[in-house]
This record gives sequence, C-alpha cells and structure tokens, in this order.
Amino acid sequence: MEAVLLQVLAGLATGGIYASLALALVMIYQATHLVNFAQGEMAMFATYIAWSLVNAGVGYWPAFLLTVLIAFVLGVLIERVVIRPVENAPVLAVVVVFIGLLVILNSVAGWIFTYTIKSFPSPFPPALGIRYMSPHQVGALLVTLIVLALLYLFFRFTPLGLAMRAAAQNPVSSRLVGIRVGWMLALGWGLAAAVGAVAGMMVAPIVYLDPNMMSGILLYAFAAALLGGIDSPGGAVVGGLVVGVLENLLGAFVIGNELKLVVALVLIVGVLLVRPSGFFGSVQVSRV
Amino acid sequence: MKGRLFTIAALLTVALAFPALAQKKYDPGASDKEIKVGNTNPYSGPASAYGAIGKSIAAYFRMVNDRGGINGRKLNFISYDDGYSPPKTVEMARKLVEQDQVGTPSNTAIHKYMNAKKVPQLFVATGATKWNDAKSFPWTMGWQPNYQTEARIYARHILQTKPNAKIAVLYQNDDYGKDYLKGFEDGLGPQAQKMIVAKASYEVSEPTVDSQILQLKSSGADVFFNITTPKFAAQAIRAAYDSGWKPTHYLNNVSNSVGSVLKPAGIEKAVGIITSAYVKDPTDKRWANDPGMKAWRDFMAKYNPDGDTSDPFNVYGYTVAATLEQVLKQCGDTLTRENVMKQAASLKRFRIDTLLPGITISTGPSDYAPIEAMQLERFNGHEFELFGEVISNEQ
Repeated sequence: MEAVLLQVLAGLATGGIYASLALALVMIYQATHLVNFAQGEMAMFATYIAWSLVNAGVGYWPAFLLTVLIAFVLGVLIERVVIRPVENAPVLAVVVVFIGLLVILNSVAGWIFTYTIKSFPSPFPPALGIRYMSPHQVGALLVTLIVLALLYLFFRFTPLGLAMRAAAQNPVSSRLVGIRVGWMLALGWGLAAAVGAVAGMMVAPIVYLDPNMMSGILLYAFAAALLGGIDSPGGAVVGGLVVGVLENLLGAFVIGNELKLVVALVLIVGVLLVRPSGFFGSVQVSRV
Repeated sequence: MKGRLFTIAALLTVALAFPALAQKKYDPGASDKEIKVGNTNPYSGPASAYGAIGKSIAAYFRMVNDRGGINGRKLNFISYDDGYSPPKTVEMARKLVEQDQVGTPSNTAIHKYMNAKKVPQLFVATGATKWNDAKSFPWTMGWQPNYQTEARIYARHILQTKPNAKIAVLYQNDDYGKDYLKGFEDGLGPQAQKMIVAKASYEVSEPTVDSQILQLKSSGADVFFNITTPKFAAQAIRAAYDSGWKPTHYLNNVSNSVGSVLKPAGIEKAVGIITSAYVKDPTDKRWANDPGMKAWRDFMAKYNPDGDTSDPFNVYGYTVAATLEQVLKQCGDTLTRENVMKQAASLKRFRIDTLLPGITISTGPSDYAPIEAMQLERFNGHEFELFGEVISNEQ
C-alpha cells in the first residue's frame, strides 16, 4: 500500500512539472490559437538566463523576477521579428517556423552553455517538505497553482485579458471595436514566455538543467493540455497531475516501465478522438 | 539519441594503392611518405564533450611526426565533425574512404559499410560489445573494456563480498543498457534469477527516474546496480538517497564523473558509490609524480595547450592514439589494410603508462577486445579511491 502511495505522490510531483509547461501552452493558445512547439525550448533558454544570473551573484528571487521579465521581452520580440512575417501564412508554414525556433534555441543553448548537466538552486525552505515529497516538489506545485490563479484572474477580470481572448477568437471584430490585435498577439507571446520561464525554473532543480531538459516534458505537457482542454488553464493543471499519476501507477503496477511513454501518446490520440475539446475545454461551434 | 549515445567515433587507418616496389606494400592511404588516418568525432552537438578525444589524438600524432613519424612515414590525421549524428557520420566516413582514401571512424551507422569496403575500423570509442565481434565484422575493433566485461566485474565483486545480495537494477532501455544487463546476469551465473529481485528500465525521453527508484526500493534490495547516462545517474543517486534507500551502489563507468554527475547529485549523497576505471584519472593526486602521467602532462603543455588537463577524455585520446601508433609500427613496410588489421589483432601485453598499473592491451585473431581489465574504485566524498586488485576478464 505504501508503494502505491509513494507512486501517487511522485506522480503528483512530475505531474506538477507537466502542468506548469502545459499552462504556457494554454496561454499561447488563448492568445493566438496556435500551439507553439518551441515553448519548451523557450522555457529552457530562460532557465539558463536565470542560472547565469544566479551564478553571477544575483540573489535567487531577484534573478527569478528578472528572468520572468527578460523572458517576457524576448517572447514579445520573437513574435514581432519571427512570427509576424508568417502571420497570414498557412498553418503548416507556421509550424515549420516553430520547429525552426525549437532547433535554433536548443543548439544555441548547447553552444553557449555546453551539454553538461547543471544543478539549479531551489528557493524553498526545508520546512515545506512533507514525509514523501521534497520541499522543492511541494513548492513547485504551489507555484504552479499560484500561476494558475493569476492567469485565471487575468483572463477573467481584467480588460486586457478580455481583449486578448477576443483578439484570438475573432481578430476582425476585435479590430473593429478598437483592439490592437497585433499587439495582443505579441503580448500573448510575452506572457506565455514568462509562464514558461517560471515552469523552467521550477523544473530544473528536479530534472537538472541541460539543453534537452524540456524535450521529453513537452510531449507530456501536450497530453496534459489536451486532456484538460487546450483553452482551459485549470484543465491543463488537472490534466498534468492526472497524466503524472496515471503514468506512474500504470508504469509501476500494470504495463511496465517500457510502455510509460505510450500512456501519454494514447491519451493524446484518445482525447482527440473521443472528446477533442478535453474535459474542461469549451466546445467550439462556428457558424458557416 | 538513444542507442548511439556511447558509440562515438573511432579511428582508423588504411590504405591502398598500387603494389609498390620491393617488399614495401601499400593500400590506398599509405605511401613511402605518409600514412593517412581518418577519424570522425563529435566536435559539435549534444556529445561535443567527446571532441576532446579527437583533439588529443590529433595532438598526439603531431608529436609522433615531430619525432620523425612511424618507420619514417608521417601521419596525416584527417578528422571530420560528425555532430553525433549517424547520417552525418556515414557521409563523413564515405568521404574519408572514397575521397581522401583513408580508413575511418565509426559507429554503428558505418559498421557494415566499413566491413564491406574492408577498411580497418579500429578502436571504436565505445563500450558496446558488438565492436569485439571478430567473426562477423573482421574489420572492426573496439578499444576500451566493453560494457559486458565491466558488468561481469561488478557481478564477480558482489558474489565475493555479498553472496546473499538482493540486487535491484536500473537500466536505460536500449542497446547500451541491455548490454550491461546481459553481462551482469552472465556474471552472476545461475544465481542471477534468484539474486536480482527487481529490474526497472527508463527511456531517455523521460523527465525523471523517480518512479523507477521507488519501485526498486520497495523490492527490499540491498545492492543497486545503476546503468544510466549522466543526467539520469545524478537523478537516481539523489532519488535513492532522498527516499532513504541505502543499498551498496554500483555505478557504471559511463557516468563516474565527479564533476558532471556526483556534484549535481549532491556529493554527500554519492559517498560509498563503487565504480571501475582502467586509465589514470588526471585529477588523482596519487599520479602527481607518476612518470606516465608526467609524460602526458608534458604532451598536453606542448601539443594540446588549449586542452583541459582535468578532463579524462584527453587521457583517453592520448592512450588510444598510442595504441594506434604501436599497430602502425608493427606493420613495418607492409601498409596494406589487411596487415593493419592483422597487426591490430596481434598486440601482446602492450603497456601504455596512462593505463592503470597492471592493465595491458592484448588481442588475437579471435580476440578483438583490446582492454579487458579494470580496477574497482569507491567514492570517499572527495574522490574515487582505487581498491582491490586489477580484475581481468582476459581469456
């Protein structure tokens, strides 16, 4: 029985990792109606910025805030410089740009910081730990929930959040009511990059920082976001936790470790087949 | 990324051409004046840390040429970047063989090609057991102790020190991990089924191995054999310690770096870990006045001044290059590809001073495994300490 409990708690911890990146995916989807394949690499790169700051002697929390800010600016820049030119291009062209971004960020990070793994500090006091979870695992889960709450409040209760949702959903009408759609998209990229940076800094102490840190996680984050509903932040977090726990329990007791990765893939295909909008997402109906 | 992780470049020589005068015989790549040695090595990409091997080999050959070359012939070392990518390695290997007319580097992707072309593919820098298959691939030879040899050495140590051990194994689910596992089970012999109480595998795409460590811990094992690449090795060491599991911990040689594995895992969590070695560790104070390591340090200062003198890969490259030098010396004036292979398979207790004391290189027509001995070492919280005798698997 203890074995099951241990696996569930370890699953919640890894699930929290998936959830935090899934939030960034949901964020960019809310703002642009696109799924960004380079989201994980952007988060990884931001984490290296944080690592450099901490190593240069900046305290953890100042470095944390500075990194979120830098990530935001870089996100806006990427949208303006790289994404804007393909704004009206077919979806496939955009996907190619995303994949290009992924490869470029990965290689540049390896070139600058090398491929050797680096340890990344955790800011949480030992008191936060519970019997079967490390202080960092508990802290990272809490941070994910805080980000979730902030996103919810932002989209639900601020005019800017409303404008962003409108710009993503119906650009033409939004423009007619005076929303600057172009800037809303850039802002969406900035926010997604900032959320990703937080995810990266929470993930790195657990999996160690290296240029390929996010590549495996991204797949699980997709599964998490789809399961919860790609337009629902709350759904993404629930999805992440469910994927983490399910994967551990099935891997340890049912199908074996070899098939763990398959769980994520089956979930992606299954959700798309049975309930494309996920468990918490809104069903899109468009009038033709 | 998977299976190819540790199958990196290799070296090779070769050559051909026209049947020359008198007793001197050449194949492409060799002549009165020079011998071409081709090599591919990852200088960029995820495994670029191995680039140090190629650089120190090149530096070693510069030293050989300064001394007058081998039997009066200069070495022409041609090294290409394979980026750790199999397709690129194939391309570079073809270029070496067809265009530059040399022998080549290798990895799995070019294994068959080199054998079909009968180009000696020597001293592949990896521990996969398939490089020692003289029968099916007579033109390919590994160099370092292979994974199965290493695993058998751990198995033997367990049988000697803890005959009633309950063993848990964590392994990467690919060629490399399974190679180790097989050697380990073979080494335990008939006891294997009984002694190994839990096995868990992981994929390189998994974020963590926490779940696997918990599974192994709950098996009640008191010995842990850790077959993982550096990132997962660090995670496993930390997870085992944090979960309160305190088994006797054997760590594969692939991840026994203090700087890039034990430090990230947490030095205090790694105390007591047992692993194995066959070359002298450049940071080990014991070798401060060792003549072999002094010669290596002089070599580094003169021929490879940009190289990191704490990086074991620079010792590795030096030692591999010295082995090749010996093979070419033995070839004398008969520099045919066939003779290169024949000489590579006739090394008798050849000793290089950068290998641990007691370790020598021997090969034969059916023995394509040059180094088959290692010594165990234990981490004391600062560095690895060698203990026990050199354990050889040489038949």
